[in-house]
Amino acid sequence: MATSLTLNGEARVIDADPQTPLLWILRDTLGLTGTKFGCGVAQCGACTVHLDGTPVRSCQTVLGDAEGASITTIEGIESPAAAAIRAAWTELDVPQCGYCQSGQIMAATALLTETPKPTDADIDAAMDGNVCRCATYARIRSAIHLAAEKMEG
Amino acid sequence: MLHHLTQPIAAAAPSRRTFLKLTAGAAGGLLLALRLPGQQALAAAGDSFAQPFVHIRADNTILVLSKHLDKGQGIATGLATLVAEELDAAWEQVSVEFAPANAELYKNLFFGMQGTGGSTAMANSFQQYRQAGATARAMLVSAAAKAWSVPAAEIKVSAGTLSHASGKTATFGEMAGAAAAEAIPQDVTLKTPDQWVYIGKSFPRVDTKAKTRGAAGAYGMDQRFDNMLVAVLARPPRFGSTVATVDDAAARALPGVVDVITVPSGVAVLATGTWAAMQGRDALTITWDDSAAEMRSTDAMEAELADLVAKPGLKAHGHGDAAAAMAKAARVIEADYQFPYLAHAPMEPLDITVLFDGSSATFWTGSQFQTIDQMVAGQVLGLTPDKVAINTLWAGGSFGRRAQPDSHYFVEAALIAKTRLAAGHAPQHIKVVWTREDDIRGGYYRPMMRHRVRAGLDANGNLLAWEHRIAGKSIMIGTAMEAFVVKNGIDETMVEGVSNTTYALPAFALEVHATKTPIPVLWWRSVGHTHTAYVMETMIDRLAKEAGQDPVAYRETLLKDDPRKLGVLKLAAEKAGWGAALPEGRYRGVAVHTSFNSHVAEIAEISFREDGTVKVEKVVCAVDCGIPVNPDAIRAQVEGAIGYGLGAILRNEITFTDGEVDQANFDTYQPLRMTDMPLIEVHIVASAEAPTGIGEPGTPPIGPAVANAIAAAKGEWAATLPLSRSGLA
Repeated sequence: MATSLTLNGEARVIDADPQTPLLWILRDTLGLTGTKFGCGVAQCGACTVHLDGTPVRSCQTVLGDAEGASITTIEGIESPAAAAIRAAWTELDVPQCGYCQSGQIMAATALLTETPKPTDADIDAAMDGNVCRCATYARIRSAIHLAAEKMEG
Repeated sequence: MLHHLTQPIAAAAPSRRTFLKLTAGAAGGLLLALRLPGQQALAAAGDSFAQPFVHIRADNTILVLSKHLDKGQGIATGLATLVAEELDAAWEQVSVEFAPANAELYKNLFFGMQGTGGSTAMANSFQQYRQAGATARAMLVSAAAKAWSVPAAEIKVSAGTLSHASGKTATFGEMAGAAAAEAIPQDVTLKTPDQWVYIGKSFPRVDTKAKTRGAAGAYGMDQRFDNMLVAVLARPPRFGSTVATVDDAAARALPGVVDVITVPSGVAVLATGTWAAMQGRDALTITWDDSAAEMRSTDAMEAELADLVAKPGLKAHGHGDAAAAMAKAARVIEADYQFPYLAHAPMEPLDITVLFDGSSATFWTGSQFQTIDQMVAGQVLGLTPDKVAINTLWAGGSFGRRAQPDSHYFVEAALIAKTRLAAGHAPQHIKVVWTREDDIRGGYYRPMMRHRVRAGLDANGNLLAWEHRIAGKSIMIGTAMEAFVVKNGIDETMVEGVSNTTYALPAFALEVHATKTPIPVLWWRSVGHTHTAYVMETMIDRLAKEAGQDPVAYRETLLKDDPRKLGVLKLAAEKAGWGAALPEGRYRGVAVHTSFNSHVAEIAEISFREDGTVKVEKVVCAVDCGIPVNPDAIRAQVEGAIGYGLGAILRNEITFTDGEVDQANFDTYQPLRMTDMPLIEVHIVASAEAPTGIGEPGTPPIGPAVANAIAAAKGEWAATLPLSRSGLA
């Protein structure tokens, strides 16, 4: 059965069981391995992608849910907020093992797009679902604030 | 971890003592030993330069080969820093790849085999990688001198460019081919610290850019090959269980499922994709043989340890006559401590890809002990180690989990591949994927431990005697490492941090009880120090109170013969404003501990939420790890180590009901999250000593620092972890 969607700006028709989690369509079927498998039960956020601009857990979003929608992954996210987030991440050398960082960046980019000058409370609310076992949280917080400054300036 | 292996099996390598002497005398120049077997195989022809640790390509890029796994700790950047420093390269031109599995070329000089762990990576490489950079530089200079017909001494090297006052210049890339033809110098002079441009200053991480773009192909989990199968295993519900019967008909009927193979560690479903393999696993009907399984619940396991610490154990360490001194005590302070099993839970669950054709095998994974993995996989497949290639990949965390004395996940993959081949199938890539549930329930835990401490005091509160018993499963006993590292029945990883305490204990006796259970245990970021530091530092805090002294001042008195530990304690106290008044509702606690030859003091400032749980607001940390090669990487490791330790002491425990693990995923084994993370300040002691570990030493002090802050508020030191058990988290 075919599902039509827009993936990283490109129209795609994907012929697979619509009940398959989007995570495995992206990773195994399409080879977009930047979206990571961390828990499979929406507890860690490593698989975060944007569905029509909203961050979702692709492990709990089935392919059929994406019918007609626009999906953006870490490979395809290019926006002023994403550029500012990446620049801040690089400036502060945020990643350690890096495995969660695709999800962190997708969540942070969505936050910054919605809330250009987030408070610490905004960051807590937006980022608490994204686990980092290296505990880079302090740098993630600093980098989000830095990215907000970059976008403003 | 594994530092206890250093002396026994590193006979052919410089000992740590020798190494430190060499490092101390580095400024005078040292003999090189780069004429290594296998070098020819690495030499690239024509216009590029290739030595075991450094390749310089005609396009002016420099490749540093990392003999160490980078699982986030930043050693790839650290090794690149050392090479770039001595080579006078520009950091932008340097990239890093992992070296092949080749113990002769790429052994950890402290282990005598290729492997990463025990916070040894920088310490054992500091000399070696600087020499590699200096050697390459000398060969470039020599080549340029010939090409330009000028004396080598007149050639300047800076930021990847060779130049001469005559106006001649060349990039490294332009001179690489000629440099490759130069004789390898017998000795090179390393820079003196005042000449360093990168070491001790700044060298951005080599992996950040890729890791902000999804890091395509970097991790084992992301490996993809044509015609690859993905295997997911149904694993026994109890440790020690084995497969009795399998009904795989429903699994085999699912689309995408290709094969079902039973191996000793479980039943593997092989499919064309990960999701199909997972669904296939769910469709299996398996009965298990529990006759050799661990069937107990946590209560019974804890009761066993409580019984043991009440009895005399095997004498491990001590001095003086503790019993006689204890008999004279006016008061005895006694405490039992209970620590849970802990899972490492790295973000990337275990994974490994194998290709086996009957005469050779290749693996793709974040291998941490390449030499052991190579040997063990070879044994399973009937191959000599040289027929087993390992492509080491970036690992999404490890915290000890991938440092495998039994290479169990290599064994599993090898057996599956061997079975497929034996059944007549063509060689094919097979990726074994562990789910998060497999990871949390998969064992290799930090062992459950119990301590009993008795401190005897005189009438004025002065310490007279210290009696200490530790019970739990040894990481080493029963493994292939036992013969090398267990002496007189004592596994040092059970007692490190107590046995070698530098607190001046007037009379001291330490005994151990090593228990047996099929639950596999392993080193977990800072190994024995995960529990020993907690016990030592909370007991010392308690004794300070008994003596009516300030906790920092009390420690200073007992640490007068340990200047570096004293140094970090004083620095942290100064930076945290120890002694100054705190806002209402804030409390402070201090801890200081030495592990992996590095000294760390942490001062935690806490408050309590309305529900009574602890919020760690701020941690001020001072660290002395010798020469700080990359200060920002040190800060990052300490920040992460504090977060890792904090998550564990707040909420983490693996518990059992009738032998089955109660936790399964991050909803029940709750990791530290953004809202739990304190502000952290890291202050690094300026040092000229040889670099020591930094991946682990930040972890041990955070637990006791927080517990001591809680005690400052409530007057009691939590003796059972995690703190969630007593409603504090």
